[in-house]
Amino acid sequence: MSVAVTIETIEKRFENFPALRGVSLDIQPGELVALLGPSGSGKTTLLRLIAGLEQADRGRVLFGDTDTHDLSLRERRIGFVFQHYALFKTMNVADNIAFGPRSRPHRERASESEIRKRVSELLELVQLQGLEKRYPSQLSGGQRQRVALARALAIEPRVLLLDEPFGALDARVRKDLRGWLRELHGRTGHTTVFVTHDQEEALELADRVAILNDGRIEQVGSADDVYDHPATPFVCEFLGEANKLPVKVVGSQAFFGDRPVLGGITQNQGGAASLYVRPQHLRIVDETPLALPGTVEHLRRNGPLRRAEVAVEGLKKRLDVDLASQVAPAIGERVRLRITHGNLFAAA
Amino acid sequence: MSDATAPFVPAASVRRSSARGESVGVRIALIAVSLVFLLLFLALPLASVFVEAGAKGWEAYRAAITEPDAQAAIRLTLLVAAIAVPFNIVVGIAAAWAIAKFEFRGKNLLISLIDLPFSVSPVISGLVFVLLFGAQGYFGPWLQAHDIKIIFALPALILATIFVTFPFVARELIPHMQSLGTADEEAALTLGASPWRVFFRVTLPNVKWSLFYGVLLCNARAMGEFGAVAVVSGKIRGLTNTMPLHIEILYNEYMGAAAFAVASLLAGLALVTLVLKTFLEWRFGDEIAASRRH
Repeated sequence: MSVAVTIETIEKRFENFPALRGVSLDIQPGELVALLGPSGSGKTTLLRLIAGLEQADRGRVLFGDTDTHDLSLRERRIGFVFQHYALFKTMNVADNIAFGPRSRPHRERASESEIRKRVSELLELVQLQGLEKRYPSQLSGGQRQRVALARALAIEPRVLLLDEPFGALDARVRKDLRGWLRELHGRTGHTTVFVTHDQEEALELADRVAILNDGRIEQVGSADDVYDHPATPFVCEFLGEANKLPVKVVGSQAFFGDRPVLGGITQNQGGAASLYVRPQHLRIVDETPLALPGTVEHLRRNGPLRRAEVAVEGLKKRLDVDLASQVAPAIGERVRLRITHGNLFAAA
Repeated sequence: MSDATAPFVPAASVRRSSARGESVGVRIALIAVSLVFLLLFLALPLASVFVEAGAKGWEAYRAAITEPDAQAAIRLTLLVAAIAVPFNIVVGIAAAWAIAKFEFRGKNLLISLIDLPFSVSPVISGLVFVLLFGAQGYFGPWLQAHDIKIIFALPALILATIFVTFPFVARELIPHMQSLGTADEEAALTLGASPWRVFFRVTLPNVKWSLFYGVLLCNARAMGEFGAVAVVSGKIRGLTNTMPLHIEILYNEYMGAAAFAVASLLAGLALVTLVLKTFLEWRFGDEIAASRRH
């Protein structure tokens, strides 16, 4: 049932605004892919293009070997879950789910008893048994979300597309549904693409994450790939936090001012560069040859994490440093920081 | 600033009835003004219609409304409404759909044009049809040559009524459809529904209450319209007189009781409309509220 989705150099403009500028992406059958990016990056446009709700100006979308350009929305067999679910308010839950199967042309339509059987199977799958007769306005946000998913699955879609699936839910429900969706995907195995602006959601759920920025894909890869080996400064800053240091690379060492701060560089990129360091990769140390001196200016607590803001001479922005549990610097204390890991990008 | 730093004043000392802060006196005054106005300008005249209608007794009332000219006027009014209202439903839905679901050039112009019948005097609405189709009008000679009668005949009555009552359905539907957006329709399409099925199973049920209000108002106005219809009707008794025109003629001929008898029928239709609307709001209130929520 599941198909591969191939996106080839898609371009799309709205009025004078280029929403997508040459996007290509290969999605394997049964894969769960997240389109991640800030608002305005084109991720929802890309999803709607795959669905056929928008037409590309250039490029094509293939399902397996079939060019979708010639397929009607019905022939595409897309399961689309809208951001605000778009449940039919005047129909109860069962009729909402049965809408797709009942919309098939006469000769391919299942009998009414088969449709009803399918509806109760789906209700069981999304754990909403007993709510068939409720109307959407009588359901909680999480329940609506699951009805929308059941309705999309009812047409036995070849591809499942979800637009900000958890965007309208509160934090607790979101966490629960995330795990549940992952599990559901494991069981049904649909090729699934979902859009999100929440990096945590994307990294936790998806097999692969495609990071979009300004109408282009910056990087595609597994959660570990994109987080640990960001391909561009944008990806590095967008995924998690990162301190940015202007450095100069000479040989295998990076210098901040005239002080060497990172060694063992194998990429052959001499000259000016930006060094991105995540807060957890800065450590307060005693004397070491590669260290950055600074003054603790602020201490914060964010859930389980303790964080120090350290001012470094020659740098406007204070560095965020995650503190190990046994380390307890005082405000005003002078410390030395060692960079345990960083990402270097040639200065633009 | 002084308010913010002033010591806390106990609520009881200021006699405020609500958080919004208007005093009890202001509230009573506002309610009284609205009630007195409604009584003086609506209830009293309406009651007088029914009192006058019954002034000469039941027999006179019956005679006034069973008289052949009155019967003809009632039939004509119902016929005009029966044609104009369905026409305006179809065109109103089409216009509302176009405005709410599509982006196109000239959309604002279309919205203003829909309001036009509300903003011009009904007399003018009637006159334009005389100008177009009357004996001296643009199409007059051609129509005469082909023996087609529009002015001073049923077609003009229907045209004038359609023109005057057009905005009701569209005006009710446009804001509602706009607030609903297009996601429901897109969802139905991705689920494989044909455009007709999307319209009849998703779009129309979503706006059915707005549509119903629009139709009620449209119908009330179609039956009650006077100005535009008066210009194009020619007031031929038994032929082109609608109920409002018939009432005016009776009144001008000093047949007050008969005029009020027919008027009470017309007012009765309006009251039925109102009662129906209130009943439906009471009976299906939750559903109406739900259909307006997202």
